[in-house]
Amino acid sequence: MMVIGTGNLRIDLKMIADMVEPGSRVLDVGCGEGALLDWLGQNKNVDGRGIELSMAGVSAAVAHGLSVIQGDADTDLKDYPSGAFDYVILSQTLQATYEPRTVLSNMLRIGRRAIVSFPNFGHWRVRLHLLLHGAMPVTDTLAYQWYDTPNIHFCTIRDFLNLCRELGIKVERSIALGSDGRALPIPGSEGIANLLAEQGLFVLSRA
Amino acid sequence: MQDISGSSSPSPPPGLTVELGRDRPVRLDCGVELGPLTVAYQTYGRLNAEKSNAILICHALTGDHYVADPHPITGKPGWWIDLVGPGRVFDTDRYFLICSNVLGGCMGTTGPMETNPATGKPWGLDFPVITIGDMVRVQARLVDYLGIDQLFCVVGGSMGGMQVLEWCKSFPERVFSAIPIAAAARHSAQNIAFHEVGRQAIVADPDWCDGKYLLEGKRPHRGLAVARMAAHITYLSEPALHQKFGRNLQNRDTVTYGFDADFQVESYLRHQGSAFVDRFDANSYLYITRAMDYFDLAAENSGVLANAFRGTRTRFCVISFSSDWLFPTSESRAVVHALNAVAANVSFVEVVSDKGHDAFLLDEPEFHATLTGFMEGAAAHRGLPRLGGTRP
Repeated sequence: MMVIGTGNLRIDLKMIADMVEPGSRVLDVGCGEGALLDWLGQNKNVDGRGIELSMAGVSAAVAHGLSVIQGDADTDLKDYPSGAFDYVILSQTLQATYEPRTVLSNMLRIGRRAIVSFPNFGHWRVRLHLLLHGAMPVTDTLAYQWYDTPNIHFCTIRDFLNLCRELGIKVERSIALGSDGRALPIPGSEGIANLLAEQGLFVLSRA
Repeated sequence: MQDISGSSSPSPPPGLTVELGRDRPVRLDCGVELGPLTVAYQTYGRLNAEKSNAILICHALTGDHYVADPHPITGKPGWWIDLVGPGRVFDTDRYFLICSNVLGGCMGTTGPMETNPATGKPWGLDFPVITIGDMVRVQARLVDYLGIDQLFCVVGGSMGGMQVLEWCKSFPERVFSAIPIAAAARHSAQNIAFHEVGRQAIVADPDWCDGKYLLEGKRPHRGLAVARMAAHITYLSEPALHQKFGRNLQNRDTVTYGFDADFQVESYLRHQGSAFVDRFDANSYLYITRAMDYFDLAAENSGVLANAFRGTRTRFCVISFSSDWLFPTSESRAVVHALNAVAANVSFVEVVSDKGHDAFLLDEPEFHATLTGFMEGAAAHRGLPRLGGTRP
């Protein structure tokens, strides 16, 4: 569980935080208890807003003085006006949305840039698990059984990049992450990343 | 229950009163110019030198300005005593709190019970029909009178929450932060229907005398009590009623095969009804419920709720309760969606509670934590001292 206000940020969130320009407007979709928003507010003077599904997360965030609403990416993004934010962030949530394609489009409609991370279903261990066991992979980053997973739209890094191309989304940065959330020393948008990265992290903009 | 002492008006209650609108009457939505008028109010804490720490608390339908004082008629503690006081959520050591009895009320502010200066008799049904907008207009006059340009926060539950939203629409630059609780941007058909039941109960009471009961020395106690009983059910929830009473019998081992209050829940409701008539005026009940019925912020803005908040710089914290079926979460969510549509700064929490609509009056830790957190965040942005007294 993340503890907000301690100054310590999960390593992949820190990587996202480093990409955000100081003083910008940020919408964090699936913000949990608001650890990233809190850090951005304290360290980068960011005007941050959050959307979170779990009531516990929302309560903790609001009780901490953050501007967070109870809602989710599928239902709530459509309300925001175009260009309302500099960054819309979706960390580890895309695969749990009903309509990832609409969510992505909305993120880039309301934000100048989108920062998206997700578990890579093309990782070699996932492939091997399915090949050897013939059963849905359960790994550290995909720690659910098929019947109780909230992750209903898995994709590989290649799938994701294909969708971006289809939607006319420009991929500004691609980072391949290992299981611990640290960046791997490989290019994030090539076939090798699709094999070796446990997660992908992308900065997107309207082409 | 048969104590019909309509002619005796209650002794002047504690608190403050001010006469407003003598030079400049308040123009009501119905077109009537009302003034001068009296506003009864109460304050807690001290206004700082910058006049930047004022919080306006808006009371609900049958509430009043005795937020943290014993009620002058019932002697019961103030309705938000859990939240208002030194070190509490609305910290009287740090904030200057204002609450006024609404226009149309019966606790000292001009309303149908008060004397119509034109006739020297109680207004009764000659009192103009008022709206939530009118109530807020009068509150704004009070805030003017107190010399405050911008309120640090406007907060209220239920009808009080409607007033909060109205403030944000009508005087956006005067509201730094806003907390509409268990409220809605419009009164639903179901809620209008419940109000109509209450009003019909009152007007069906022969002692209502076509609204002239004060002149006749009567009070429509039975009608008003029934109105309160029906309304009270809507303030609770099925689980809350079940937990509190179940099917338990009242001081008896078996049903009586009659129409006495066999069940505890009946006895409780009868008590709620009879206690209410001692402190509330039937015509006020008609007028204030009507004001709520007429409330529809979207309709006033070409049918688009977001238009009511366009350009707002107010920080919002919208709060609902999971078991509230009178002002359900969906109504709060509609407000949140409208605020999102104008990229407003908004927080939204649905507090999990089984206590129904009345939860906003009760000791709900998650609710209080949400309020405290939001207030702290807003205070920091407003440059007010934070908890512990240090400036940010």
